[in-house]
Amino acid sequence: MEDTKPEEANVEEQKDEENKICPEKMEEAKLKARYPHLGNKPGGSDLLRKRLQKGPKYFDSGDYNMAKAKIKNKQLPAAQTEKTGEITGDHIPTPQDLPQRKPSLVASKLAG
Amino acid sequence: MSVSFGGDEGGVNLTNFVCTSHHTADIISTVEFNHSGELLATGDKGGRVVIFQQETENKSQPQCRSEYNVYSTFQSHEPEFDYLKSLEIEEKINKIRWLPQKNAAQFLLSTNDKTIKLWKISERDKRPEGYNLKEEDGRYRDASTITTLRVPVFRPMDLMVEASPRRVFANAHTYHINSISVNSDNETYLSADDLRINLWHLEITDRSFNIVDIKPANMEELTEVITAAEFHPHQCNTFVYSSSKGTIRLCDMRASALCDKHSKLFEEPEDPSNRSFFSEIISSISDVKFSHNGRYMMTRDYLSVKIWDLNMENRPVETYQVHEYLRSKLCSLYENDCIFDKFECCWNGNDSVVMTGSYNNFFRMLDRTQRRDVTLEASRESCKPRQVLKPRRVCAGGKRKKDEISVDSLDFNKKILHTAWHPQENIIAVATTNNLYIFQEKVN
Repeated sequence: MEDTKPEEANVEEQKDEENKICPEKMEEAKLKARYPHLGNKPGGSDLLRKRLQKGPKYFDSGDYNMAKAKIKNKQLPAAQTEKTGEITGDHIPTPQDLPQRKPSLVASKLAG
Repeated sequence: MSVSFGGDEGGVNLTNFVCTSHHTADIISTVEFNHSGELLATGDKGGRVVIFQQETENKSQPQCRSEYNVYSTFQSHEPEFDYLKSLEIEEKINKIRWLPQKNAAQFLLSTNDKTIKLWKISERDKRPEGYNLKEEDGRYRDASTITTLRVPVFRPMDLMVEASPRRVFANAHTYHINSISVNSDNETYLSADDLRINLWHLEITDRSFNIVDIKPANMEELTEVITAAEFHPHQCNTFVYSSSKGTIRLCDMRASALCDKHSKLFEEPEDPSNRSFFSEIISSISDVKFSHNGRYMMTRDYLSVKIWDLNMENRPVETYQVHEYLRSKLCSLYENDCIFDKFECCWNGNDSVVMTGSYNNFFRMLDRTQRRDVTLEASRESCKPRQVLKPRRVCAGGKRKKDEISVDSLDFNKKILHTAWHPQENIIAVATTNNLYIFQEKVN
């Protein structure tokens, strides 16, 4: 047991050194500490697909019924964290998921 | 102290800008000067376009201040609903591009996420009067009271500026349009969404050619999206598009009808030991702009501005840090989504200075020839007449000096995403969230 301790300390020191040189890696460590379930591939298709969708998704009865039919005999999916979840066809929308309605248009202030 | 010259004689004094106009607006989403610089168009989140016109300079005034006043305002796009996907289509104007002027009227293209429109802006300063069958207010005259015939004449009237939609280019984009660019041939233009680029003819609205398609057969394999696209300013066969992975592809339309295969690929090699979770996200290019002379292009990624020589693909010729102090804040910037902010960039008329925005209502001007840069702030305080903008400094860490602001005090809600530079003069338009500032280099 005692033999491994100095080695561990060395590895940790090395990591600290690396992190000091690279602020990005320090920030990454911070992020991983806050969101342990975050995947390792940030630029992956999940993030991009979220970008592609952009904009409020309204309740769609077609999507809702399709999703219900699919998971009829399975448990409902657990609530996902903000960063990894996305509204897909399988997600059953609930009133809490729906975004607020936009305020109505007002005249442009630029025109005076 | 460097001497400042106006117009295209080169040499911009970066610390000599004063505010000439200031307007309050709804959230501004795009800003663009026309080819002469006389008109400045802004688009906003509510789908409106407001055009400003430069006041003709009073030669007797020693300071030659150029004020921009409201010239025309119109509703370009309305909110729509995609019933098939249950998605709202925002009316927010993503981009405005002016057409070069061919006659008395002005034309511009404005686009939201899905539809591009060609608008004609024309002036009316004469009105026909003296109709035989109608009164001046439009009511029809009783035919039995008409005993003589007269010829209607045009009489001067108060200037009226009218905007009318001439073309609507719809239903060609499945994904969200991020760019439009008018070709130098003045007949065609391109529109780019996240995965595809289409080529249109300005006269034809019922069809467009797809020239780039990067959609994978299986969406699970999606690795990058198109972030911006632009035609070359002189070569009508050449255009570039940038990606979320930090690459720029130059395509030649003479090579093939579908330009999926690039002619040139511009990419700076990355040091693998520096790679982190954030590397790809901050390398995503938010804007690409050709220089006016057509020899260079500029790209903006989250932390820097890069100038590329079109003849050299393996690395940029110049790299400028915009706000390097944010590198140690990437975790919080990821959490509050600021890391996905899309900053634009622009060249001045003679390509010697580039400009881009930052946070806290700061914007940066980077002089390529004099190797100097300055950080300025667009705020109410900077609007005071004849007051030159004061350079700002951000303190990254350690002891903060008297006039510096610390990174932690920066307001990340105050972002300058859109800026524009007059094509000939040293006049700049800077859009904060709700305000449009126009600054001019002060002539001593």
